[in-house]
Amino acid sequence: MAPAARALPVREPRLVRAALIIGAFGFLALFLFLPLAAVFYEALRRGLALYVAALTEPDALAAVRLTLLTAAIAVPLNAAFGLAAAWAIAKFRFRGRNLLITLIDLPFAVSPVIAGMIFILLFGAHGWLGPWLQAHDLQIVFAAPAIVLATTFVTFPFVARELIPLMMEQGPEEEEAAIVLGASGWQTFRRVTLPNIRWGLLYGVILCLARAMGEFGAVSVVSGHIRGETNTLPLHIEILYNEYSFSAAFAVASLLTFLALVTLVVKTLLERRMRREPILERTPS
Amino acid sequence: MPRAKRRSVLPGFGLSLGFTLAYLGVLVLIPLSTVFVKSAGMGWAGFWEAATTARVMASYRVSFGAAFAAAAINAVFGFLVAWVLVRYSFPGRRVIDALVDLPFALPTAVAGIALTTLYAPAGLLGKPLAALGVKVAFTPLGIIVALTFIGLPFVVRTVQPVLQDLETEVEEAAASLGASRWQSFRRVVFPAIGPALLTGFALAFARAIGEYGSVVFIAGNMPMKTEIAPLLIMTKLEQFDYAGATAIAVVMLTLSFVLLLTINLLQWWSRRRTA
Repeated sequence: MAPAARALPVREPRLVRAALIIGAFGFLALFLFLPLAAVFYEALRRGLALYVAALTEPDALAAVRLTLLTAAIAVPLNAAFGLAAAWAIAKFRFRGRNLLITLIDLPFAVSPVIAGMIFILLFGAHGWLGPWLQAHDLQIVFAAPAIVLATTFVTFPFVARELIPLMMEQGPEEEEAAIVLGASGWQTFRRVTLPNIRWGLLYGVILCLARAMGEFGAVSVVSGHIRGETNTLPLHIEILYNEYSFSAAFAVASLLTFLALVTLVVKTLLERRMRREPILERTPS
Repeated sequence: MPRAKRRSVLPGFGLSLGFTLAYLGVLVLIPLSTVFVKSAGMGWAGFWEAATTARVMASYRVSFGAAFAAAAINAVFGFLVAWVLVRYSFPGRRVIDALVDLPFALPTAVAGIALTTLYAPAGLLGKPLAALGVKVAFTPLGIIVALTFIGLPFVVRTVQPVLQDLETEVEEAAASLGASRWQSFRRVVFPAIGPALLTGFALAFARAIGEYGSVVFIAGNMPMKTEIAPLLIMTKLEQFDYAGATAIAVVMLTLSFVLLLTINLLQWWSRRRTA
């Protein structure tokens, strides 16, 4: 363009630009970078030996096991639900479809504490099913089953809300062609749908996994806080912190922080991949 | 079960919708209904009394006040971060862009202990602030800090795509017609991103109201002063005061649902504006 274009003030003056960048940096430093650095600094401050000891003591290992078990149940369940919901909503038109989409988002609007509380109202000693459970000697609340239930509730929408817009955009045409050409329903899903949505599915699963392993409030309500038995990693951190074992608390926290950073890297790579494929319009979660 | 409107050759409608509705019902709708059924059993007078005691009212004030303040801080600085990320290039931009999502990925308990350590009176940031006479940790200010962290990605991630799609040509036109940079920002850019900014604010606010994990460490949790509503629910549950806990939960759930509806309307408005 002609040199005159330079005179048009569509960019801010240098000084304003620098001030804005510094302002944004300052804000992110105070609220993001420093807390992130603090976790690793506090974890390693008392030396590597203490760090390793905090991660390998029996209670910590029990917390790791329970956290992994919870995620191993909650994530596949919600992934299966996400696939089913997205198939029904994106490939067919029916009455109440928009209402269903809104209802799927519901768990995001519920405070984690309330998410835990509803399972106590349902399965606790004074809950709806409490007397029946006691008569049959079944323990759900203050034990692993309620931790799994609360985690599944909290992570419920993640996969579905990634897949629904994605599959709506792709439309039913490719699948219809496969069926008309004689493919079975299962073949169509595996050969046509799945390759089209694999990155979106993985994206949803990663977000779901991160939240499942890190959930605190909901799990805190329904866990009995029994060391080595009903503690997940975030609950273990809380106990250590409240006992003033700060180094140990931050050691365990650094493990979860590392996982969060891995999640961000995978997420960024997936976003780049999805952007290259002809899928547009990613709504923020 | 609803029938598909247009007959489709695709199989699996009944199966997938049936599974979806059953799973949604068993895991979400039935458990959530317990709160409303339980509170209905209390009667209106009993519910009102439990939901409006002085301590409960104070906890609403702390929760909503801090959530509003944090969402407002995020609206200003989230917009600034989005603007800088979209419009300027500088070293490390992509790393920072990815890190903005950290509050989504980091467990809230980890955020809570990290922020508390930083902002405590002896902490890296707490010490100089204390010298200035500003106490952050264990005061309402600490709650705002934690909720700002939690809500940080919402405004950035709702404003960023709209800013990206905004053609600079309109700003160029405004400039060539004699508008100053500030005028074209105020008259062209700001109206275009307004709905997205409001949506981001509402999302951050909604998330902050219910937040628990990151707040309990830094808040100090003093009744009437720094006790948030979710913590009061927790306390009442531990004392087996299920009626009291349920009453607070009903108030919070109702407000969350209203917010969810508002956010859906805002997003619809925002899409219509940009379309």
